[in-house]
Amino acid sequence: MTGLLALTAAQQAELLRAGELSAAEAFDFWRARAEDDDLGAYLWVADSAPDDAGHLPPVAVKDLFCVEGVPSGAASRILEGYRPPYTATSVENLRRAGAPVLGKTNQDEFAMGSSNENSGYWPVRNPWDRERVPGGSSGGSAAAVAAGTAPWAIGTDTGGSIRQPASLCGIVGLKPTYGAVSRYGMIAFASSLDQCGPLTRDVTDAALLLRHLVGRDPCDSTSLDYPEEVRMPTAERLDELRFGVWGLDEEGLDPGVADVVRRTLGTIEELGGGVEEIELPSARHGLAAYYVIAPAEASANLARYDGVRYGPRSGDGDLTAMYEQTRRDGFGDEVKRRIMIGTYALSSGYYEAYYGTAQKVRTRIADEFRAAFERVDFVVTPTSPTVAFRLGERTADPLAMYLSDYFTVPMPLAGIPAVSIPAGLSDGLPVGFQIAGPAFDESRILDAAHALEKAIGFEGVPRT
Amino acid sequence: MSVTEPEARSYEPVIGIEIHVQLKTRTKMFCGCALSFGEAPNTRTCPVCLGHPGTLPVTNAEAVHFALMIAMAFDCDIAPRSIFHRKNYFYPDLPKGYQISQYDLPLARNGRLGDVRIHRVHLEEDAAKLVHAGASGRIHGAETSVVDFNRGGTPLVEIVTEPDLRSPAEAADFGRLLQATLRRMGVSDVNMEEGSLRVDANVSIRPAGEATLGTKTELKNMNSFRFLERGLEAEIGRQERLVRDGGEIEQETLHFDPQSGALSALRTKEEAHDYRYFPEPDLVPIVPTETMLERARAALPELPAARAERLERELELPAETARLLSFRFELGDFFEDAIAAGDGDPRTLANWVTNELAARIGDADPADSRVEPGALARLVAMVGTKEVSRSAAHEVLDELVAEGGDPAAVVESKGLGRADKSELEGIVERAIAENGDAVEKIRAGKAQAIGAIVGAVMRETKGRADGGEVQRMIRERIGAS
Repeated sequence: MTGLLALTAAQQAELLRAGELSAAEAFDFWRARAEDDDLGAYLWVADSAPDDAGHLPPVAVKDLFCVEGVPSGAASRILEGYRPPYTATSVENLRRAGAPVLGKTNQDEFAMGSSNENSGYWPVRNPWDRERVPGGSSGGSAAAVAAGTAPWAIGTDTGGSIRQPASLCGIVGLKPTYGAVSRYGMIAFASSLDQCGPLTRDVTDAALLLRHLVGRDPCDSTSLDYPEEVRMPTAERLDELRFGVWGLDEEGLDPGVADVVRRTLGTIEELGGGVEEIELPSARHGLAAYYVIAPAEASANLARYDGVRYGPRSGDGDLTAMYEQTRRDGFGDEVKRRIMIGTYALSSGYYEAYYGTAQKVRTRIADEFRAAFERVDFVVTPTSPTVAFRLGERTADPLAMYLSDYFTVPMPLAGIPAVSIPAGLSDGLPVGFQIAGPAFDESRILDAAHALEKAIGFEGVPRT
Repeated sequence: MSVTEPEARSYEPVIGIEIHVQLKTRTKMFCGCALSFGEAPNTRTCPVCLGHPGTLPVTNAEAVHFALMIAMAFDCDIAPRSIFHRKNYFYPDLPKGYQISQYDLPLARNGRLGDVRIHRVHLEEDAAKLVHAGASGRIHGAETSVVDFNRGGTPLVEIVTEPDLRSPAEAADFGRLLQATLRRMGVSDVNMEEGSLRVDANVSIRPAGEATLGTKTELKNMNSFRFLERGLEAEIGRQERLVRDGGEIEQETLHFDPQSGALSALRTKEEAHDYRYFPEPDLVPIVPTETMLERARAALPELPAARAERLERELELPAETARLLSFRFELGDFFEDAIAAGDGDPRTLANWVTNELAARIGDADPADSRVEPGALARLVAMVGTKEVSRSAAHEVLDELVAEGGDPAAVVESKGLGRADKSELEGIVERAIAENGDAVEKIRAGKAQAIGAIVGAVMRETKGRADGGEVQRMIRERIGAS
């Protein structure tokens, strides 16, 4: 049975469908793997296979997805013990497609962070180097897939929370078009940016998982009908395709990362693709806009955690004291920091200067991408400016931490899809290469990623 | 040029009102829960209206339909695109920590009802209900407080007028017209005691004739139009006294206690919340399509103001009667059905509906009673042709309300037909014989003494006789003229 570890999720799905592998066998294998996780990637592992386990391998699910009766708390102490009375649409879609929930993965609290060190429980370690972070916020999902304690996983991406940990852990991570996947049942961080997507061992797995995630959900007004079934990627060449490069000259980009990215651009040309520099003048203000919009929405989204209806309650007697103590005890520092930033940005007298301006930047970024896609098929960038950093290295410096998302923030601001694929190593650590495309163009993005993936031949996922 | 002393000036109140009306949709504003009508606490809830993590709102299409009807009833400009905002504040009756409401892009603006301009009409969700145990009855100082989330998420339409009202009585009258209008459309129960219609008033005063507005105060949650009127009178009086004494009005929110007549401050300007409004990212804009607009237009019935005007103009009904038949539209419908059933005199029929019928059915819908509009029309016609006396007709109507049926049949079976001359002759003879003194008095010139004899005949015939006829017969017999 250990042979399963060598197979991608899609290959396992073949065996399941052919009857050469039973759903219970697959589940038990992965359950045992997840149980043995020693990276801190899981907050909860399923006891046994559900009766209706189907023809897809089980999926590890970021803690912020609500699963009925299963602890679901966005790795926050303020939701400790909370078991939702309902299941997220995305998780339900996967279950119906045949992929049961394997476990709940660790994350930065409420998806706020880029290192997983903001988990209300414990940090996650990077399987490539246990003294380093896996990235975040979907760090548990990324580490579990990279370490082979999950065949595949879902996470959420608000400013890079799927792509950046995928990059740091040497796996594939896709942030779909805003609206492609229902947000119903995803514990919200920033509603206008949050999007669910796959973290997988390869591009084909990402396409397969995405195929079962997308679709309009009557419970999410912002979800949309996906125009066509997600195609399984087959491309091996990139002829006729134009790739616009952005961000290679940014200061703060690690030279080792830049080298891998340049090498990848060479590979694109070898495969017949065209590479040119493109300008996204407003994208460099993406982080500033993001750190106004996301905290503003978060300040409202997190107001419901007040100790009145669910979750732990602190404080005695007075209502205000109860609110204050409950939230003081329940939220971590980064969450408090962002609630304060967001509350301030929305305050009367500051709204226009902060929120209003940030929205204008956002619109401009979207316009610039639209213009870029008239010239090129894809925009490519490094996924993260650096490889995985050491645990504790940036915890004292929130701004340095925020810079991790420099290359990933513009896409969610524009609502467009982007994938990160492993492109090579720098100092023995994985480097991610990001490919972004127009809205609902996931199939084409994944096709291009597939050709690159084959050509790069990235190996060495540190399965233990 | 002389300066008028403050105490000599006369002041004019300037009033605007703000109404929250619970819509009578099947389900809540943003989730699938059925609306609650006094069910056990927390039985009409779901993860969405309890604000569970991860849940999302979805706009109720029927609520938008009702809101569009309301906007059209007031002849508003309907926004081609309006959006929801989040209004942020912490309170246990607000499960998400924000209320989904509309802010700078409301559903509709610039309307009119009667002489009052409507500033805006928007959609939002209602809060849950808090119950406080303990002496204070308020959350601070309560022993314990419990929340019933059944009401939370009920669709609300907020209607804000321009400050066009100039007296408490005008404000109350406008409120009643608004209430009748909404009731006629069937979009709400508009019951103030139950809270499906809630009224706040903004009031300021200014020297009569001036155009500038003074500092306003807000009277919250009046639960009847009578209390609205009294509360406004009290507040206007307070403002006038304050200004005459050289004081300044402070912007504040007040509560009026109808029992004591006292006004107490709920919060001052300094305590006003910063609600940190921002566009609700979980919802898409409301963009009314031509189909939605047509559907709303088609659903609009004739509204009370228009009906009253028509009844006055076409049927020449007195204003007060026309108003009653329009405000209590079920009476009006009954009346119009009765008119259609025959060709009786509209004024007489209207009087029968608004006085006799209304007295017998109370606040109930006449359509739910047993009396048919055609039956009432026939009864009124029988009175007109003197087939039945007025007082006997009252008895017939009692029977029609209780049992239904045809008035002629009731008259027949109960023997309530007008007593004819041959029947009356004996009775009149007897009455004259039994009232000798009255006869003497009449002969002595006291004509009004005839009443005693007529009364005796009426008693004997149980009101079935025609009074004029009886008088004529008596005079004939005793030789008086």
